[in-house]
Amino acid sequence: MTAMTLAGVGTDPRRRLKVLASQEALLAIAVIGLAIAVGLNNPRFLAARNLSDVLLGNAYIAVAAVGMSMVIVSGNIDISVGALIGVLATISGTLAVNGAPIVVAWLAALVAGVVVMAFQGVIIAYLRIPAIVVTLGMLSILKGGLISVTGGKWITDLPDSFHLADIELFGLLPFPVFLMILVTILAALWMRYSASGRAIYAVGGNAEAARLCGISQPRTIVMVFALHGLFAGAAALLYATQLRVIQSTVPPNLELTIITASVVGGVSILGGVGTVVGSTFAAVLIAEIASALVFIDVSPYWIRAVQGVLILVTVIADILRRRRMAGA
Amino acid sequence: MTTDPHRDASAAPLLSVRAIEKSFPGVRALSGVSFEAARGEVHALLGENGAGKSTLIKIISGVFPPDRGEVLVDGKLVDLARPDDARRAGIATIYQELLLFPELTVAENIFMGHAPRAGLRRIDWRAMREKTNALLASLEIHDLQADRIVGSLSVGNRQRVEILRALSQDARILIMDEPTAALTEYDVTRLFDIVRKLKARGVAVIYISHRLDEIFAIADRVTVLRDGAHVATRRVAETDAAGLVQLMVGRKIESLFPKVTVPIGEPVLEVTELERQPLTRSVSLTVRAGEIVGLAGLVGSGRSELAQTIFGVTPAESGETRIGGQRVDIRSPAQARSLGVAYVPEDRGTQGLVRPMTVRENFSLAALGKVAIGGFIDRGAERRLAGDGVRRFAVKTSSLEQIAGKLSGGNQQKIVLGKWLANGPKLLILDEPTRGIDVGAKAEIHRLMGELAAQGLAILMISSELPEVLGMSDRVLVMREGRIVAEFSREEATQESVGAAMMGSHENAEKAA
Repeated sequence: MTAMTLAGVGTDPRRRLKVLASQEALLAIAVIGLAIAVGLNNPRFLAARNLSDVLLGNAYIAVAAVGMSMVIVSGNIDISVGALIGVLATISGTLAVNGAPIVVAWLAALVAGVVVMAFQGVIIAYLRIPAIVVTLGMLSILKGGLISVTGGKWITDLPDSFHLADIELFGLLPFPVFLMILVTILAALWMRYSASGRAIYAVGGNAEAARLCGISQPRTIVMVFALHGLFAGAAALLYATQLRVIQSTVPPNLELTIITASVVGGVSILGGVGTVVGSTFAAVLIAEIASALVFIDVSPYWIRAVQGVLILVTVIADILRRRRMAGA
Repeated sequence: MTTDPHRDASAAPLLSVRAIEKSFPGVRALSGVSFEAARGEVHALLGENGAGKSTLIKIISGVFPPDRGEVLVDGKLVDLARPDDARRAGIATIYQELLLFPELTVAENIFMGHAPRAGLRRIDWRAMREKTNALLASLEIHDLQADRIVGSLSVGNRQRVEILRALSQDARILIMDEPTAALTEYDVTRLFDIVRKLKARGVAVIYISHRLDEIFAIADRVTVLRDGAHVATRRVAETDAAGLVQLMVGRKIESLFPKVTVPIGEPVLEVTELERQPLTRSVSLTVRAGEIVGLAGLVGSGRSELAQTIFGVTPAESGETRIGGQRVDIRSPAQARSLGVAYVPEDRGTQGLVRPMTVRENFSLAALGKVAIGGFIDRGAERRLAGDGVRRFAVKTSSLEQIAGKLSGGNQQKIVLGKWLANGPKLLILDEPTRGIDVGAKAEIHRLMGELAAQGLAILMISSELPEVLGMSDRVLVMREGRIVAEFSREEATQESVGAAMMGSHENAEKAA
């Protein structure tokens, strides 16, 4: 419950608005506050080893959530990303095992990610089919295709040089954490300061107004999905290279964890509002909560329920805030 | 009324509406409206847009309750808290947008919610079909079958299904809201046949229409509303079109509109025989620098459609457009914008403003090209642009970072207006620039329009408020059914002349004969 209170659902009604106004700051406080609270309970939680494991093992979720946040801000959703990450990891790993140059194996994941997502973007934007339907179809295709093609076999004997996640910059900053921070900062700057980034907010906030201002809605949506595919590719690489094997299945409900990170990070499910900084903090917070459950001796299976509560609380708060705005 | 055999069945009128009052936040929609309809009477409701007709019929159909006043059926007070109460009192309403289930059959639509039942409360399909056939026969409709899918029917036949649906619930009072708006001439004739049959059965029909010729063709009496008040009830036989228009528009011009005379320059916009079906038909017009041209007409006359065609939202199918003398072919809003055309849409909520964005972001949205360098937005330039806009338009906001959706309607409208002017346009198209905003903000926007015209901007203004059109315009064009049907200079334009052209009362042919 500590985490929830810290996540911005304080009971003081006067503070609620202010609190919601800067979800990012609040999530940052929650991340630190939770670490201290659990650390007091069980100091081993604060061991450098544990904290770095938490970040390392979940950085790919934050990276994927950056793309997901853009998609949701544009007024869409993508539930195929979890399955796509599994497929991209398998493609990359298969290439590496079969002797392709490592760089090619890495690039393949990025390119395939962009192609698949841009394709979905085209269908959504130009044929005007709801994103949830298109990505649901893609989810099934990818999941079914992956298990059929691999026959459920794991990829082993990966070359050592393939393991991107093992790189440590300056001998201490693990590459996945570095990439998470870099991607978040670049995407945040781009969303905030570029004309294209502004277009995403305009299309998600009021597609008709954006159109009358000469902003092309279809082009913006295809661009957002293509970028989302790039981030999904990067996430797949982190996921594929953090273990010695690549499983032919992805963590169950990975897409839901990613969507949860975006939404808890303050991205409005109705579109037009939110930042990628928020979603990265939220991804870290969710990973931290999962780890903390173990340290305070609660079954880790509770993490799903905690995620569910977080998502409901954030969405309800967002809807209430919008209603208030509409009433003003 | 001599043709009516049911008149003396009882002393009380079938429907009696007494002293209805209704307010919405900030607006007085109805103030003490009364009227009566007898058995077998067709009673027309007439009034300009916003006169209160829709509110009145919604109260009679139980959509929302009145603040004060009462509705009597057969002389007995009825409590119309919900639409279901109205249905039980024998009141049925056919709205402009037909409320049917397109995937279901004619019979299923007619008996939705009150299907005949057999044992175990299961639906008795045979009885339903038989009853449907009986209803069809009673109105002598032979081109409809009970098992046809409604989605495949023509608009006229769908409307007949709605009428049958009302009759299947034993409606004795039938309200029809602009029933002919989407009908072909043939379907109008058939509708009138049906209305006459209903009349003969003693049904009272409340008939709402903008078309005066229809009122003369079908109605017995007409009640005129204006600004939410009852103006007059007349027997149709004892009035004429000019008299009705006079009753409808006789409004005082209450505020001063500061359009100052400025020198009129060269033509900025010239369109010739612009065509875009269904509502832009061979339109030719010119707007000059420094000129405000008012575009008057009823809702649905094609004014907004014309504006959107000029602006490239729905590009023209044929015709010629010139901007500043240059022949152009505008295919998209982006192109129109680059040619110096600005369009402030009618519904600023859905079309103009991005509500979750800040004031600053909204101001720069149409001018991102001007404040962005190499794809990245220059924050300083953007802030200056928005700051200028806020000062120039006197937008009341706590800061540039205020969320635009939280401002008042008038201030939102100023932002939408300012957003377009940030681009330095030559032609400004305003669609209902002051709808739904308070008097102060209205005066402010009128002052700005005058100022902009004085700076040489050409302005095309669509407005449903006649006083605004007459006060602001150098010239008034009137649209009806997609065509420009009249043009008045500032001196010629009066409420009566423009109103008559809007209603089309000079061509008083009886369509339904």
